[in-house]
Amino acid sequence: MRLNSLNIILLIFLLFSCNNAEYTKKNHAQNILIDSDLKPNLEIKSFIEPYKKELDSSMGKVLSFSNQTYTKSDGELNTALGNMMADAVFELTSPIFKKKYSVDIDAVLLNHGGIRSALSKGLITRESAFKIMPFENEIVVVKIKGVYIKEMLDYLINQKKAHPISGMELEIEKNGTPKKFLINGKNLDLNKHYFIATSDYLFNGGDRMDFFKKNKEYYEINYKIRDLLIDYFELKDTLNISSDNRFVYTN
Amino acid sequence: MERRVFIKNTAASIALLSMGLPISCKNVNSKKITILHTNDVHSHVEPFGPNEGKKSNKGGIARRAALIQNLRSTSPNTLLFDAGDIFQGTPYFNYFEGELEFKLMSMMKYDAATIGNHDFDNGITGLHKQMPHAKFDFISSNYDFKNTILNEVVHPYKIYFKDGIKIGVFGLGVQLDGLVSPEYYKETKYLNPVEITQDITNILKQEKKCDLIICLSHLGYEYENQNKISDISLAKKTKNIDLIIGGHTHTFLEKPTQVLNSAGETVLVNQVGCHGIYLGKIDFYFENKHKFFSSEVIGV
Repeated sequence: MRLNSLNIILLIFLLFSCNNAEYTKKNHAQNILIDSDLKPNLEIKSFIEPYKKELDSSMGKVLSFSNQTYTKSDGELNTALGNMMADAVFELTSPIFKKKYSVDIDAVLLNHGGIRSALSKGLITRESAFKIMPFENEIVVVKIKGVYIKEMLDYLINQKKAHPISGMELEIEKNGTPKKFLINGKNLDLNKHYFIATSDYLFNGGDRMDFFKKNKEYYEINYKIRDLLIDYFELKDTLNISSDNRFVYTN
Repeated sequence: MERRVFIKNTAASIALLSMGLPISCKNVNSKKITILHTNDVHSHVEPFGPNEGKKSNKGGIARRAALIQNLRSTSPNTLLFDAGDIFQGTPYFNYFEGELEFKLMSMMKYDAATIGNHDFDNGITGLHKQMPHAKFDFISSNYDFKNTILNEVVHPYKIYFKDGIKIGVFGLGVQLDGLVSPEYYKETKYLNPVEITQDITNILKQEKKCDLIICLSHLGYEYENQNKISDISLAKKTKNIDLIIGGHTHTFLEKPTQVLNSAGETVLVNQVGCHGIYLGKIDFYFENKHKFFSSEVIGV
């Protein structure tokens, strides 16, 4: 008698406790860093190997030729290498932007620190482009009010660095007083809007170029600066670049 | 004699109790499901080199695979997800068009991924071309692919079973207009994420009786413009979601953000930066609401 009731209790217990599927949920979370303390999975590592080899050999693909070695410290306020980069951005971005939005680009501004390597004399390969521009930054075109172009001008004068520019001419005295400033061949109109091509890094406040962020209107064109350089090199049989008068001290 | 029978039967009952009940009910009473996730890996197959600033010597898929393997050995009931932007960022993508990324994710036994804007970087045909290399599901609920090559290749939601727990997963993508060229995404239609979430989570919760609902999102963590839909605003405006695994804004969170949904329940929002430097890990413990166990055993 007693056994039966015990079994009935067990049966009821079984029915109730195990058919119930409502849960209370608790959680514990941890975002884990992947660094060199982790030994790589060897199967994965060896699977990647042939892809890596093929890729490395493709990096050797010849795109152009350079007669000289160029570095970003070749000049005071502008350099051949920086000018080439800014001009390449202008030359290759302009038609894409025009086709998409029916507007011309007025000028280009990149940053001196963004030139990550010299361009060596001799063959220019895909790897050269990856060395100069290892980052994934893309071109953005920002619509900028004239007043913020003035801030950009002040920034350039203040910095006195060879930040790559194209489509602008700037002449300053040693004390920083501007003697001449032209944008797209004309004097600055504070009430006008200008279209400036730059990198998404600078647009997002990189190198304290805060004048970019003050403008809400910008256009992504999905063109990496590195890809742009590769395309530019491919267009040129031999690279012919030099420093010029785009940003100089008055004599 | 009677005493002997009593002892024997009681012993049998106790044996039954200890064999049947505690084992089966222990499972029901406390189950652990581990969710691992990445986002915005952007073709970072190899670890970063030594001169990459904060990222130096970090990341790398072979290491991630080892970590995942370790975690699976202690938590067999694991699901592995990616929140999009698998493609674009290293020459591996430019050269092999995403084939290697998908093959490696398959080797790591990813369960599913949603689609990020950069996954369209070789066009919708470029994405479709690589899909045979992916032995995992693609889930997107608010991209209507009906008039595209991805029709019926991408799932609006999927349900996974782990240790008797039913896990419903759906996916949300960012608005493509202005981000991806129309010639790339072709006839893909972007649908309102909030409306889609309400519909899909109703199906997953009410109809399919899921125990856990996860959203793989490439909407972005949060925006200054409050009108722009983000993971945080989605979590607030909807209900039924337990976890949003985010991407797109490359936001690194030390731990998931807790947000109250429209029904006042907690939603976890997580995102682990970008480039495969971190792996997100969330353990969910499921406990039975009705605790018959202790009282009944004492009764016996």
